[in-house]
Amino acid sequence: MAAKQLKEKVGQVLEKYQRDKSALIDILHDTQSEIGYLPKEALEEVGQGLGVPLSRVYSVATFFKAFSLKPRGRHLINVCLGTACHVRGADKVLEQMEKELGIKTGGNTPDLKFTLDTVNCVGACALGPMVIIGEDYHGEMTPEKVSEVLKNYN
Amino acid sequence: MAKLKSPGELEALRSSILKKRDPDKPCITVCNGTGCQAYGSKNIAAAFQEEVKRQNLAAKVDVKTIGCPGFCERGTLVVIKPKDIFYQRVRVKDVPEILSETIGKGNVINRLLYTDRTTNVKVTQEGEVPFYKRQMRLIIGNNGLIDPTSIDDYLAIGGYTALAKALKMTPEQIIDEVKKSGLRGRGGAGFPTGSKWETTRKAIGETKYVICNADEGDPGAFMDRSLVEGNPHSILEGMIIGAYAIGSHEGYIYIRNEYPMAVRHMRIAIEQAEACGLLGENILGSGFSFTIKIKRGGGAFVCGESTALMASLEGRVGEPRAKYIHTSEQGLWGKPSNLNNVETWANVPLIINKGADWYSRIGTEGSKGTKIFALVGNISNTGLVEVPMGTTLKEIVFDIGGGIPKGRKFKAVQTGGPSGGMIPESLLDLSVDFDELTRAGSMMGSGGMIVMDEKTCMVDMARYYTTFLEGESCGKCIPCREGLRQMKYILDGITEGRGKEGDIELLEELSATLIDASLCALGSTAPNPVMSTIRHFRNEYEAHIKEKKCPAGVCTFEAVKVK
Repeated sequence: MAAKQLKEKVGQVLEKYQRDKSALIDILHDTQSEIGYLPKEALEEVGQGLGVPLSRVYSVATFFKAFSLKPRGRHLINVCLGTACHVRGADKVLEQMEKELGIKTGGNTPDLKFTLDTVNCVGACALGPMVIIGEDYHGEMTPEKVSEVLKNYN
Repeated sequence: MAKLKSPGELEALRSSILKKRDPDKPCITVCNGTGCQAYGSKNIAAAFQEEVKRQNLAAKVDVKTIGCPGFCERGTLVVIKPKDIFYQRVRVKDVPEILSETIGKGNVINRLLYTDRTTNVKVTQEGEVPFYKRQMRLIIGNNGLIDPTSIDDYLAIGGYTALAKALKMTPEQIIDEVKKSGLRGRGGAGFPTGSKWETTRKAIGETKYVICNADEGDPGAFMDRSLVEGNPHSILEGMIIGAYAIGSHEGYIYIRNEYPMAVRHMRIAIEQAEACGLLGENILGSGFSFTIKIKRGGGAFVCGESTALMASLEGRVGEPRAKYIHTSEQGLWGKPSNLNNVETWANVPLIINKGADWYSRIGTEGSKGTKIFALVGNISNTGLVEVPMGTTLKEIVFDIGGGIPKGRKFKAVQTGGPSGGMIPESLLDLSVDFDELTRAGSMMGSGGMIVMDEKTCMVDMARYYTTFLEGESCGKCIPCREGLRQMKYILDGITEGRGKEGDIELLEELSATLIDASLCALGSTAPNPVMSTIRHFRNEYEAHIKEKKCPAGVCTFEAVKVK
């Protein structure tokens, strides 16, 4: 993204929260959904805009699991590893995902189509193991179903 | 909508809403909680709307999307009021038939009814389903009656009457009532709510904050999500009453970012309440003002801890601090702050409406009222279960939960979230309340109940929880950060076949250190899974260590095989 465009987008987010320092986490959420991740330039822009040192912006951005400082794929895959999913074999689903995509958890496919990550519970425990891709919930997952589910995404 | 200026105007609005509604007109309610959405409930609700139009039935039937009524296992759930015909596992293809048969001709579709497993009899009415029948659904029951995005629906079931009543009481009277009710915090620690309010009220300072903890971080617990998604106004009403009693004018709701629908519904509810004059300046003409802001979390388990949550609200890293001074005296921005969990707030309107005497008759000596549990894992009826405190584990797991599927045997139930404890079969008669769970080496936590069958390895579960907690430790204090890492290292070893004599003792020693020396409750309760599994399933640890065998067949000991 061009520097000017990035500045504009971050500016809009800052205005939405009236440059309120205490809204830092919300601001980072919105910035990330605008840009797709949190590049260094965005963190600098947020810090300057709020009058908060970059070190603090960085510490918040790296403390919380929701933020990514690296680019992410078009489709974010979250394999739920919550307890209910775990006792129903979620780790086997994750293993198969890694195999199928040829990447490790936390990584992107080389074509930036997918990012593979895990989540600690989305509260849809009746359907565990759950896999969430973008905004789609795929319930009752098994290692066998993985390749079929992935086929639905371009 | 014009702002309501008095309790009288609120009642007038309520009657005008009720007058417009025909209680005999059939209404199809479709569950639209996150669980049912995963089954595709959004499409089902849309299909109903479309089909109503196509069959020209708008005058004959209403369609309403509701929050989660709890029986997630059988989703998507469709209930047809006023007869309460209960259809389960409904799919889009069933929609035209439901309209033409049930609405058009009044016939019940047998195929969509729930079959009672023990008697094999089909059940027609929602209330007759064994899963619901044995519950006491004071809080979550309302989820099934209202569209969470409609304040009219909430008003129609008596919403905000408790607020109107409370505003006529003095703050001291309200606090007394809550104290007398015996309500204890539903977020985990079980601190008496009334006393907390009183401390914050009496704390020195002009500015005071009222906060709702909706950062439901326990994996496998989703009662708070369902309440925020399904009945956000009940939480707002509780908070406004609390703020009035405490003398606070600013409130915050801290919601997990992983719950987008909860955030959305709460946002809508706040806007509606503000528009009606139930929130904001001069609430119902009482002179009392109170505003609420939503803040989203960032996916950190530790932020459920009060001081970490407040740090995060201030826009800082969610690290807890030592609590020599309680947050009720110095919390958010150093001001007196009262933090309660979602479910606690949702109990408040009920207590004010029905009175402390009525409320305190429910439950046990030390734990009053009902509690919502999320029953998950290897269980036939996954879902949300609301029962009076003191109900036995056996009733919850077997009578309501329907026992263990696939003909397997029950092994243990984990209560209290990742830092709760494992409760074995021998303690199934335990009556569930704050004190009994603590005595059994576990805790209430937020009310997650994860049921495990015989194919679950207890050492692997201890490893799982310890790994989770090690990852979620904020890293500020050494006992938690380094202690959990060491415990995880030892447990990895045991489950991978590298266990050795003395490992169990070392785990116990580390646990004792964590309990004594950790800064916050994350660290001091983190050893619970390890301690409780050693206490009740020591033989499994020994089989792993001495015989390199996993009795449940979960751990593969790959490291050993390679050698």
